[in-house]
Amino acid sequence: MSKLITQLQFPDPDAAYVTLVEARRGLSVEAAAELDTKLVLILANHIGDLDVLKDAVALAKAAK
Amino acid sequence: MRNAVYNFAYRRSPDQDARAPVRHPVVVLGAGPVGLAAAIDLGQRGVPVVLLDDADRIGEGSRGICWSKRTLEICDRLGVGEKLVAQGVTWKLGKVFAGDDLVFSFDLLPEAGHKMPAFINLQQFYLEKALCDRVDEIDAIDLRWKNKLTGLEPHNDHVRLTIDTPEGPYTLEAGWLIAADGARSTTRDLLGLQFAGVTFEDKFLIADIKMAADFPTERRFWFDPSFHAGQSALMHRQPDNVWRIDLQLGPEADIVEEQKPERVTERLKRMLRDMPFTIEWISIYRFNCRRLDRFVHGRVIFVGDAAHQVSPFGARGANSGIQDAENLAWKLAAVLKGEAGPSLIESYERERIQAADENIAHSTRSTDFIAPHSPAERQLRNAVLSLAPMVDFARRMINSGRLSVATVYDTPLSTPDEGVFAGSARLGAPLPDAPVRRKDGTPSHLLDNIAGEFTLLYIKNGAAPEVPEGVRSICIGEDLLDSDGVLGQRLDATPGAAYLLRPDQHLAARWRHADGAKIAAARRRAMGRAG
Repeated sequence: MSKLITQLQFPDPDAAYVTLVEARRGLSVEAAAELDTKLVLILANHIGDLDVLKDAVALAKAAK
Repeated sequence: MRNAVYNFAYRRSPDQDARAPVRHPVVVLGAGPVGLAAAIDLGQRGVPVVLLDDADRIGEGSRGICWSKRTLEICDRLGVGEKLVAQGVTWKLGKVFAGDDLVFSFDLLPEAGHKMPAFINLQQFYLEKALCDRVDEIDAIDLRWKNKLTGLEPHNDHVRLTIDTPEGPYTLEAGWLIAADGARSTTRDLLGLQFAGVTFEDKFLIADIKMAADFPTERRFWFDPSFHAGQSALMHRQPDNVWRIDLQLGPEADIVEEQKPERVTERLKRMLRDMPFTIEWISIYRFNCRRLDRFVHGRVIFVGDAAHQVSPFGARGANSGIQDAENLAWKLAAVLKGEAGPSLIESYERERIQAADENIAHSTRSTDFIAPHSPAERQLRNAVLSLAPMVDFARRMINSGRLSVATVYDTPLSTPDEGVFAGSARLGAPLPDAPVRRKDGTPSHLLDNIAGEFTLLYIKNGAAPEVPEGVRSICIGEDLLDSDGVLGQRLDATPGAAYLLRPDQHLAARWRHADGAKIAAARRRAMGRAG
């Protein structure tokens, strides 16, 4: 059972942010939400760990 | 509001009475921070320089305030570094707020043993005044106020300039023209060069205000604070009880309305509540991230804002311009003295385009974060901010401006490392500073002892290797002592190791064991000549 990693893992966090922001450039809020949903599924499967996924859901819900 | 702070006098030059146009080896256009730095650096190297400026005063407007460690190290070599630090406000802490809550803080210089601080804040006109005073001390520099470029004719080995003055026009010839004439460069227009890039739609209000506040000396940045809902805000201390306030206004803001003092006062009161203040300066700006395709056009060389422009988040404008000037000065001096071929100038372009691209990339990323282009982008940004109080990775993604650091040049002037070096020194980067002691025991700093020429630092282990002419040799353990062991750590120095520095203090080559032939080859390479 592994734990959700919340420490930064990207050597260049700005490059990661830009990749995500550019993915939604020109999209409406609704279209971006659809994109995000697909991204969530893709990344969740990549992680492939139900405990980590549950921790991630809890963290996202806890953030104001 | 403030008017000009310093005035200078136009004086007639004998060149204006010459029968034929007088040829000068170097003309620098624009006596802002970048042109002044270029002229001083060349002048200190014995190159005669004519420095032209279309105005006769400095201090109007509110411009650069943050001067980075690398800029201060350069200014120190130019003779004004200590003066600037004494005059400026030293800071290294930044705080970022989301809403009204602190979510992230950073320390820009967490390690000790550097002569220069991470940053000082100082009004640009004080820096310009210090540089102008320094110009006065250098005979090789001929500074001409109220000399305005109106015509430019490129030739193979010179440029012919038409200059307008209060007493009418005259003609000058420049072996090399350094165009430091700013974001609205006349030189660029006269050559018809494209200056393409991205314009950001968001408008920002800059106000410099005077108030006797005792807020801490740190950079404070807010995303969506209650006093300025939905937008960002920045507050930064300057000398003389002056504070820089920068408020994002969004893309729809009305430039005329927003500049009205009563409107600005109302916005500032919301931020500062009961604190009494007076307004020194207001301006509204929108910014561009762009650069020229090439910085060298025959005998015309662009530096600073004339060559590239960035957003102000990150203090990458004037700082990178001064670093352009330093990169160019030693190279141009070497070419003029016949020590290097003109190909060395190409390395200026290569190295400083690398720097400009880095600055533009950082600046664009910061702007994407601070001023999202759409509601969908804002949603992503706000998600980072809402996770930030809880998790590290989100805090590290918050981008309120990544502050200017020196570029590590990926350059053919560097000799690739033969072995592995740890430590913070990097090939192509300025050498990290370190505390040292002089022979007589007086405490000093490493960079204070490296004076703008090729220098070999040799870590004592028997006799020092032979160095070619034009290279100064400093033996660590003899000429300078690494009394705290910090230099050894930062350079990953072992006995017998040697480090070749360029005249701009960037590391050009290093060896565990060097010999005269290797050092000579590395020096030739750093002068733009094949090994």
